[in-house]
Amino acid sequence: MRPVSYARAASVDEAIAAVRADDDGAFLAGGTTEIDLLRQNVIGPRLLVDINDLPLNRVEELPDGGIRIGALARMSDVAATPSVARAFPVISQALLLGASAQLRNMASMGGNMCQRVRCGYFRDATSPCNKRDPGSGCAALGGFNRGHAILGTSDWCIATHPSDVAVALVALDAVVHTRGPGGERAIGIDDFFLLPGDTPEVEHPLDHGELIVAIEVPATAIARRSAYLKFRDRESYEFALVSVAAAARVADGAIADVRLALGGVGTKPWRARRAEQSLLGRPAQEASFAEAAGQELALATTRPLNAFKVELARRAIVRALATVTNGEVS
Amino acid sequence: MAMGVETVARPAKRGPGTAPVTMSVNGHAHELEIEPRVSLLDALREHLGLTGSKKGCDQGTCGACTVWVDGRRVLACLTLAVTCEGREVTTIEGLAGDGEDQDLHPMQEAFVAHDAFQCGYCTPGQIMSAVKLLEEGHAGDDAQIAEWMSGNICRCAAYPHIRAAIRDVRDAGSGT
Repeated sequence: MRPVSYARAASVDEAIAAVRADDDGAFLAGGTTEIDLLRQNVIGPRLLVDINDLPLNRVEELPDGGIRIGALARMSDVAATPSVARAFPVISQALLLGASAQLRNMASMGGNMCQRVRCGYFRDATSPCNKRDPGSGCAALGGFNRGHAILGTSDWCIATHPSDVAVALVALDAVVHTRGPGGERAIGIDDFFLLPGDTPEVEHPLDHGELIVAIEVPATAIARRSAYLKFRDRESYEFALVSVAAAARVADGAIADVRLALGGVGTKPWRARRAEQSLLGRPAQEASFAEAAGQELALATTRPLNAFKVELARRAIVRALATVTNGEVS
Repeated sequence: MAMGVETVARPAKRGPGTAPVTMSVNGHAHELEIEPRVSLLDALREHLGLTGSKKGCDQGTCGACTVWVDGRRVLACLTLAVTCEGREVTTIEGLAGDGEDQDLHPMQEAFVAHDAFQCGYCTPGQIMSAVKLLEEGHAGDDAQIAEWMSGNICRCAAYPHIRAAIRDVRDAGSGT
């Protein structure tokens, strides 16, 4: 690992000022991605500002039934929070299906929003990669791209967004709260994750020194009947090939309200709005689910190695919707 | 609202060269002269001579370096030692009693009794994880044990015996 300097911040403003003052400064929270990528010379901060002492680790129930998750709350703690598991099971399930127990004890929610892609060409610190080295090309386009994205891709980048919980949060219209040199901001989570386009090195609308302080999830009645379904190469401790966050309300046999988001297939956590639109008012039956999945996946751009994800995603969507509309939420 | 960030005090900076770091490991305070980039795992193994925690992948994949920080199981390879100032680190060396006879922890006894290893390289991490697994209440059945121990890889595939050891300690109620 290259040499780094270190400072431990005692307040949010102190942390922001420290990173702000150094072009090569970066916040350090759980470190589960950052230390790994530092060691591999994929990222190159010269100053790490440790924010782990900041009072941002609470998970609070809001008066209207929403929740406010402090940016430094750890994945394990959020998953185990009774109000989260009760009112937003999809969040709890997505968290517990990600990483390992040790990593979940370390990784913060704010850091999870900023985690970097698992593309092997991004992580090898050598291959052409527009995300790591803008303008150098994309080795994944013609390389081993079995795990890469089929939605939201561009000619510059096809790396899959790796987060599970972000998929659940996108389905629930969460809001990312930040504090930075320009003051405080609230960013709708779907706007927080940027498509790669021709600037895949820009992943979030954050300024240098802008810190995520909390994630708010608005009260969402149908989230009580929500679920997260994840398909992967191993039974545990593996990133998704395809995952689905789903919630639905059925009235008189028809879908009255629905939320659907996909993981493992998009360059960002993928809100399946076309599928949602297709489902509203339709009978809560497999034919409707398959039709909706087909509409969303018609947007897919596949390559020979990852073309299987279309059918896998279609089946995952159908199963997830069947689960949440039958009340068989596991 | 704009903040006057230029007027905010900035925290003291250490490094990139060596700097004093105070660490508490297994109840004993240590003063180290290390660079901020030194991982907790390297600090334990190379600077404190505590070689029980193992370096397998050094990238947060294998779990061989599992230790406790403030009572939670974490990966020492992805933790910088300097971030542990003011926190309590527990390693496999701190698990046995520190009395004259140094009684093994019940989980260590169970791993021995069940031959829950072949090469033994992953074993310290497995044990540090397994003790916490029981404390967390995630050892209800074999499927739950497998899921909540999935961050500890055993390339000898001693998993059935590891689970048997964990079940024994669970059923004896002596794991914590």
